[in-house]
Amino acid sequence: MEPILELSGLTKVYPGGLKALDDVDLTIRKGEIFALLGPNGAGKTTLIGAVCGLVRPSGGTIRAFGHDLATDWRKARARIGLVPQELSTDMFEPVKRAVSYSRGLFGLPPDPARIEEILRSLSLWEKRDERIMALSGGMKRRVLIAKALAHEPDLLFLDEPTAGVDVELRKGMWAIIDQMRARGVTIILTTHYIEEAEEMADRVGVIRNGQIIAVDEKDALMAKLGRTEAHIALAEPMQTLPPAIAQFPVEIEQDGMSLCYRGGDGTGRGKAEVADLTKALTRQGIDYVGIETRESSLEDIFVSLLGENAR
Amino acid sequence: MIAWRSTWSIYKRELLRFLRTAFQSVLAPVLTTTLYFIVFGAAIGGRMPDLGGVDYGAFIIPGLLMLTLLGETTSNSSFGIYMPRFTGTIYELLSAPVGVAETLIGFVGAAMTKSLILAAIILATARFFVDYSIAYPLLAVLYIMLVAAAFSLFGFILGIWADNFEKLGIIPMLFLTPLTFLGGTFYSIDMLPSPWDTIALANPIVYLVSGLRWTFYGSSDVNIWVSFGISLAFLAACTAVIAYIFRTGWRLRA
Repeated sequence: MEPILELSGLTKVYPGGLKALDDVDLTIRKGEIFALLGPNGAGKTTLIGAVCGLVRPSGGTIRAFGHDLATDWRKARARIGLVPQELSTDMFEPVKRAVSYSRGLFGLPPDPARIEEILRSLSLWEKRDERIMALSGGMKRRVLIAKALAHEPDLLFLDEPTAGVDVELRKGMWAIIDQMRARGVTIILTTHYIEEAEEMADRVGVIRNGQIIAVDEKDALMAKLGRTEAHIALAEPMQTLPPAIAQFPVEIEQDGMSLCYRGGDGTGRGKAEVADLTKALTRQGIDYVGIETRESSLEDIFVSLLGENAR
Repeated sequence: MIAWRSTWSIYKRELLRFLRTAFQSVLAPVLTTTLYFIVFGAAIGGRMPDLGGVDYGAFIIPGLLMLTLLGETTSNSSFGIYMPRFTGTIYELLSAPVGVAETLIGFVGAAMTKSLILAAIILATARFFVDYSIAYPLLAVLYIMLVAAAFSLFGFILGIWADNFEKLGIIPMLFLTPLTFLGGTFYSIDMLPSPWDTIALANPIVYLVSGLRWTFYGSSDVNIWVSFGISLAFLAACTAVIAYIFRTGWRLRA
């Protein structure tokens, strides 16, 4: 698929010496939702800032829509939108005026019909004449999204779009992101909620200490690093594994009262193997009283990739 | 090439911000000017001799105008850029396809417009207290615009330099106002005893007040072209500093 954003050797060292981005190479494809995951201080916001002009890179190149951001930044930035993590907007301004300003700032002519469409799609039309300060937290965040959409960007950065938002609003936000994707907007989002990435992302990137340590299709990543975990409660305690059982990736737990299977690859192969394991137990005359299986989530993969630094 | 739509958006928004506090923005200078005219014009002015053939009440008009103009222009412009930095809304400006030209014309143009509105209000207020005429009205407007532009740029630098509200207020309060008071607002430099009349010439505000006074009455402490030259030099210096700030991203980009 056509690349829309290409980062090559992107490095950022802050004046204090902190290396926030360390030789980052990343390509974003047109029309995808890319989730950038990482613990606090991993470099997610710095990466977004470098592309959006808030941070001066120390090295490397950024190309967006074929334009080099160091030299041809106007053309590139005109097509990029940003929803920041913080609720940063002029709180005294009415909603509609704030959104119209954003459109003008990006050099587009006034288009009241388009502004109305954006506000309606975000359920903000009824609040269009209210000052932003009078809105709830969730609505303020939607105003920021409306402002970022006002200039009809082709690439949208959402920095922690659902931070501090309750479950219901978070799901509403996911629906909004889905609508944007349907309109052909490429979306890069950073999030702490792995569930969010699992729900929406086409591809996932994991960043740690300024380095991208994994980038792949979400499904491929889960297939590659995913696992099945099964706990089989035994009717009688077992001290050693019979050879027919030991060929499976199992361990004895709970003083011999349980067998734990950890295997598979995230494609469902683990489930089939657990079924084979239960058949083998039956053949060996080993009785069991319960089975509990669980597929690993993206969060488990994230935690395993980052180890102790996952949070 | 300048993106005029972006420029207009910044300019319009800044003016709307001014209008949001129009009552305070307009009332404060009107009240201050009125008080100055009551104290210096009516109470003290009656006992003062004409200065260079100009009635004392009329003599202080350019100085009072400059006093308000410098303070208001600097603070309007500095707040204009400091507040987005303080609240974080600067992200939108920095991520937009706008450069130094659009930003400056938008912010500084709006600050200049506000200053011109204030100048008109002050002159109209002065009319209630003293009779005056402007010898070179076109030159006066041009000069006011030049000073407003220079101090809007100065305020812009101040707004980028300041990292707290105290710093934002300290330059106008501790430097601009005292220098304007000592810059010939209420007296002619000729009235100062030696060596203060010479020392006063080290105060750059003397040239600004004197220049504006010349456009009003055709005479002043300092040659008009020296005043114009100093104002232009200050404008050029501020522009150079801002160009440097944008090129390096100092205090704007991380």
